[in-house]
Amino acid sequence: MIRFILLQNRQGKTRLAKYYVPFEESEKHKVEYEVHRLVVNRDPKHTNFVEFRTHKVIYRRYAGLFFSLCVDITDNELAYLECIHLFVEILDHFFSNVCELDLVFNFHKVYLILDEFILAGELQETSKKAIIERMGELEKQE
Amino acid sequence: MALSGMRGLSVFISDIRNCQNKEQERLRVDKELGNVRTRFKNEKGLTPYEKKKYVWKMLYIYMLGYDVDFGHMEAVSLISAPKYPEKQVGYIVTSCLLNENHDFLRLAINTVRNDIIGRNETFQCLALTMVGNIGGREFAESLAPDVQKLLISSSCRPLVRKKAALCLLRLYRKNPDVVNVDGWSDRMAQLLDERDLGVLTSSMSLLVALVSNNHDAYWSCLPKCVKILERLARNQDVPQEYTYYGIPTPWLQVKTMRALQYFPTIEDPNTRRSLFEVLQRILMGTDVVKNVNKNNASHAVLFEALALVMHLDAEKEMMSQCVALLGKFIAVREPNIRYLGLENMTRMLMVSDVQDIIKRHQAQIITSLKDPDISIRRRALDLLYGMCDVSNAKDIVEELLQYLSSADFAMREELSLKAAILAEKFAPDLSWYVDVILQLIDKAGDFVSDDIWFRVVQFVTNNEDLQPYAAAKAREYLDKPAIHETMVKVSAYLLGEYSHLLARRPGCSPKEIFGIIHEKLPTVSTSTVPILLSTYAKILMHTQPSDPELQNQIWAIFSKYESCIDVEIQQRAVEYFALSRKGAALMDILAEMPKFPERQSSLLKKAEDAEVDTAEQSAIKLRAQQQTSNALVVTDQRPANGTPHVGQLGLVMVPSSANADHNLEDQGLAQENGTLSKVDPQSPSPSADLLGDLLGPLAIEGPPGAAAPTEQHAIPASEGDPNPADALALAPVDEQTNSVQPIGNIAERFNALCLKDSGVLYEDPNIQIGIKAEWRAHHGRLVLFLGNKNTSSLASVQALILPPSHLKMELSLVPETIPPRAQVQCPLEVMNLRPSRDVAVLDFSYKFGTSSVNVKLRLPAVLNKFLHPIAVTAEEFFPQWRSLSGPPLKLQEVVRGVRPMLLLEMANLFNSLRLMVCPGLDPNANNLVASTTFYSESTRAMLCLVRIETDPADRTQLRMTVSSGDPTLTFELKEFIKEQLVSIPTATRPPAPQVAQPTSAATSLTDPGAMLAGLL
Repeated sequence: MIRFILLQNRQGKTRLAKYYVPFEESEKHKVEYEVHRLVVNRDPKHTNFVEFRTHKVIYRRYAGLFFSLCVDITDNELAYLECIHLFVEILDHFFSNVCELDLVFNFHKVYLILDEFILAGELQETSKKAIIERMGELEKQE
Repeated sequence: MALSGMRGLSVFISDIRNCQNKEQERLRVDKELGNVRTRFKNEKGLTPYEKKKYVWKMLYIYMLGYDVDFGHMEAVSLISAPKYPEKQVGYIVTSCLLNENHDFLRLAINTVRNDIIGRNETFQCLALTMVGNIGGREFAESLAPDVQKLLISSSCRPLVRKKAALCLLRLYRKNPDVVNVDGWSDRMAQLLDERDLGVLTSSMSLLVALVSNNHDAYWSCLPKCVKILERLARNQDVPQEYTYYGIPTPWLQVKTMRALQYFPTIEDPNTRRSLFEVLQRILMGTDVVKNVNKNNASHAVLFEALALVMHLDAEKEMMSQCVALLGKFIAVREPNIRYLGLENMTRMLMVSDVQDIIKRHQAQIITSLKDPDISIRRRALDLLYGMCDVSNAKDIVEELLQYLSSADFAMREELSLKAAILAEKFAPDLSWYVDVILQLIDKAGDFVSDDIWFRVVQFVTNNEDLQPYAAAKAREYLDKPAIHETMVKVSAYLLGEYSHLLARRPGCSPKEIFGIIHEKLPTVSTSTVPILLSTYAKILMHTQPSDPELQNQIWAIFSKYESCIDVEIQQRAVEYFALSRKGAALMDILAEMPKFPERQSSLLKKAEDAEVDTAEQSAIKLRAQQQTSNALVVTDQRPANGTPHVGQLGLVMVPSSANADHNLEDQGLAQENGTLSKVDPQSPSPSADLLGDLLGPLAIEGPPGAAAPTEQHAIPASEGDPNPADALALAPVDEQTNSVQPIGNIAERFNALCLKDSGVLYEDPNIQIGIKAEWRAHHGRLVLFLGNKNTSSLASVQALILPPSHLKMELSLVPETIPPRAQVQCPLEVMNLRPSRDVAVLDFSYKFGTSSVNVKLRLPAVLNKFLHPIAVTAEEFFPQWRSLSGPPLKLQEVVRGVRPMLLLEMANLFNSLRLMVCPGLDPNANNLVASTTFYSESTRAMLCLVRIETDPADRTQLRMTVSSGDPTLTFELKEFIKEQLVSIPTATRPPAPQVAQPTSAATSLTDPGAMLAGLL
C-alpha cells in the first residue's frame, strides 16, 4: 500500500503531502526532508526506485517537480511508477497543461483530485475520464 | 489560475511567493497566523466562508513546514457545517492536519456516521474518504457495518461503492474483527462479479487484504479472479477509458494476480488450465516497445505474472522460461528492468530450486554490484547473498571484501554484516573464516559490529587447531602502521590467550608481543584498555620462567591504572596486580578461557530478525515459512540428540577423532559444573549475551570449565566464589528427567512476560510458543505463536485454557497438527471481570514421534496488565489520598524479606509494572509514590495510589501503603506488589506486625511530604 505521497520541487518545497499511515508532526518534517534529499540528486539514468527506511520510494520527476510514493517493499514498482504518470495526466487534463504554479495556487483542488484517485493508500479509480467528470460534478456544487 | 472566490487566499499565496528570503517568509506567516488566531478567538463574528478561508490558509502554512498548533478544532467543526463547500474543507483539512490518534477526531465520529448513513451522496463520499484515509480503531468499531452496507447496496452509485470498499479496507486493517468472515466471504465473491472497473479495482484491494489473512474463507473468489484476469488479458469488454497505453487496466491485472498468490494452490484443473494460458500469454507476449509508459505498464503486469508462476510452482518448462526471462532482464541497460530482474531473481531463490541456473549469471550479477546506482547495487548484494552456498562462497565473499574498500558508506555496514554471515555459514575451512573476518575488520573496522568480532573469538576459543593460526594472523596485523581499534581488541584478546603457542617463532616472545600491543595503548579508548590489561596479565602468566624486567614493566602499568577514574579499568588493574604476586596460583586463576557454550549466531539471528513492515503479509514470505522459519522460531538450535545441524557451521568443529563424542562429554561437564557452582535455577538462561562473556572480568574468576574437554581443573577453594553470571554460561539447561526438556527457564520466561508484551513463553527442541499481547482497558488480546521447529509434523496438538474465575478467556481453535517448520497463530481474547492475582494456565500437549509432551504454563494475563500508568499531581494526589482514609480501602503493611534493591531499581520495577512513579510528591528521598488506573468490568477504571517507605539502613524491609476505591482491589494490588518485591514470590508468610515507620518523618507540616506522613 502507499504510505505517503509527496510532491516536492527541486528546492524541497512541499507542494502536496498526503499520509495514509499515522505520522507524528516532527516525523513528517523529517520524512519530507529525507525523501527530498534521497531523490533530488539521483542521476536521471538511475532507477526510479530507492530504498527508504524499511520501505521504498517510487519517484518520478516532471520538470522541476518530484512525485514520490512510499510503498511496501513487496509492492509492484512499475505499477506504482505508472500510477504517478496517470496522476500527472489527470492533473494535466484538469488544469490543461499543468505547471507548478497551478498546483501552488490550487493546492486544495489537487487534494480533491487525489482523493478521487487514491484512497486508504490504494488506487481507487484508474479512468481519467471518470475522475475528470467527477471533478466537474463537484465544481458545480461549490 | 486564481482561486475562484477566495481572493484572500490567493493574495496570501502570492505574498509568500514574493518573499525574498526565508526570514521574510517567516514574518509573513507569523503575521497571518496571528491574524487567523485572533479571528478564531471571537468566532461569533466569523461567517462560514471566512472560516473556510482561514482553514485553507492554515493548511497552506502547514504545508510550507510551519507548526500550526491551533485551529484544529475549527477545521474539525467545519465537518458538521450544513453546506457542501464548508463541509468539504472541513473533511479535507482535517484529514491532512490530524492523524488517527488525535483526540479531536473522536468528537467528529457522530457527524461522520450521520453523513455516511445519510441520503446526501456527496456527503457520503466526503465522509468515506476521510475515514478511509485517517480512520482508526474506534472508527472501525463504530462504522464498519454501515460501510459494508454501502458497499453492497444496489441503490448506490459506483462512485460511493468504490470508496466504501477502500474505506472498509482501512477499517479492516485497523481491526480485522470488524469483518465477520462467515457473513462476508459470499458477499466478497459477489463483489467480484462487478462490471464497473472502478469498483472492481477497489474491491480487489480489499480482497488482497482479506485473503492475505485467511485464504481458506475466500476460496470461492479464486475462480472469479481467474475470470477477471482472462477478461482483462484478452481485452474483452474493457471500456476504452480503462485502457492505459493500449493495456487493459494494468493495475487491476496486477492486483488480481497479487490476490491469486495468497491461495496455496489451484486444485480445479479447468481453472488452473485457464490461468496458465493467461500467464503463458503474458510471459510470451510482452515485448519491449519505445513508449516508456507502455513499456512500464506491460512489464508491471509481466513481473507480477512471473511472481505468480513462481508461486504456483508451474511445470518445469514455464519455470525455466521465467529464469530465462530474468536472466535477460539482469543484463539489459534499462535500469528499472535490471533492478526488477535482480529483485525477482532473489525472490525466485526463495521459492524454487533454480540455484544452479542462477549461478550461471554470477559474473553478470557481480557487475551490477558495481553499478553507479545504489538501488541496483543493493539488489545485486541481496541476490549474491541469497545465492551463496558452499560451492561459491569463496568467490562471492572475496568479491564482497574487494568491493568493501570502494563501497559507499551507506552500504558498508550491510556489506560487512553479510560478508561475515556468509563466511560463517559456508566456510570451507575455519582458517579461511578467520582470514575473512580479520580482513573485514581491517578494511571496514567502523562498520564491523561487536557481534562480528565476538563471534570470531568464540570460534577460535572452541577450536584448538585454529588457535595458533589465529594468533599468528593477529600478530601480523599488529605490524601494520595504523590499525582499527577493533583490530587492537581482537588481536590483543587472541594474543593474550594464545600467543604462548607462538613463542618459538621470530618476533613472538612474550616481551615482543607485549611491546607491540602496548604500543597501541595510547591510541585506544577506555573500552579497550581493560582488554589490554587482561592481555598483559595473561602474557605475564605465560612467561615461564618469569622475566623480571617484563614483570616490572607490566606491574608499573597496573599500578598506574590503580587510580584510574574508569571503574572497570581500575578494578582490573588492582586485581591483576594483586593476583600476579601470587606466583604459581596465577596459573590456575588465569587459565585459558573455557569453551563457549554453543549458541545461535547473533549475526544469523540479526539477519532473521530483520522484519519488513508491509500492509499485507508478503505472499512469498507466507510460502517461505513452509521452508524456513519465522523470526520467532529459532531454527539453528542443536537437536536434542547432539548432532550438529546441517548447513550451518557448528561452533565446535571437532579436530581429532579422540573427541568423537565430544558433545556428550561437554554436556556431562556442564552438568557437573552446574552443580559445582550451585547455580540458581531461577537465573537467566544460558543465552546470556556475549558481551558479558567477553568483556566481563571472567578471566580472573577461575574458570569452572576445563581448558580442554578431556581434563578438568578443580576450582581453587580460595577463589571459590565464581561470578554466577559466568558460571551460568555452563549451567545445565534443565534437570528434568523428561525425554523432551524445555529450553530456558519457564518461570523466568513467565516473569519476563509479566513485564513485557511479547516474547517466548515456552520452548523445547520441538516447539516454540511465542506470545504477543495487546491490552486495552479491561480487555486483552493475546496471540499464541506455535512454531514447529522440526522437519516433521507435530501431532495431537492440544491447548486448553484453565482460566481463573476473574478472567473470561476465549481461545480460538488450535489445529491438531502443526506442519513442519510452520507457525500457527492462535488468538486468545481476555476480559478482566474483577481484581484478582490468580493466574490463568495453558495446558498444552503434543506428540512428536513416540514421545508425548504435556506442559502446564502460566499465562502472563496478570493483574498489572490491566493497569494503565497515570501521572498525578500533588493537587490530585493529596485529596484522593486523604479521602481514602483507612482499611479496607487503604491498607498498610510492613514487608520483610524484600529483595535488596536501590530505590532507582525499585522505581524502574514499578514503572515496568505500569505503576507510574511520581517523583517529587514525597520529599523524603527514600520514599516512593506511584499511581495507576486499574481496569476491570466490576470496578471500571479505578485510580490506585501506592506509597513505599524504605529504610536505607536495611533494604530488606519496607512499609507499603496501597489505596483505591475498591477493597478487593486494594488488597489484591498490595499482595501483588509484595510478590514482586520479595525474593520468593510463592512463599506465604504470617502477616507482619505493624512496626514504627522505618524512616524518620518529615519535620515541617507545611511541605507535602509531611502532610502525607500526617495522613498515614
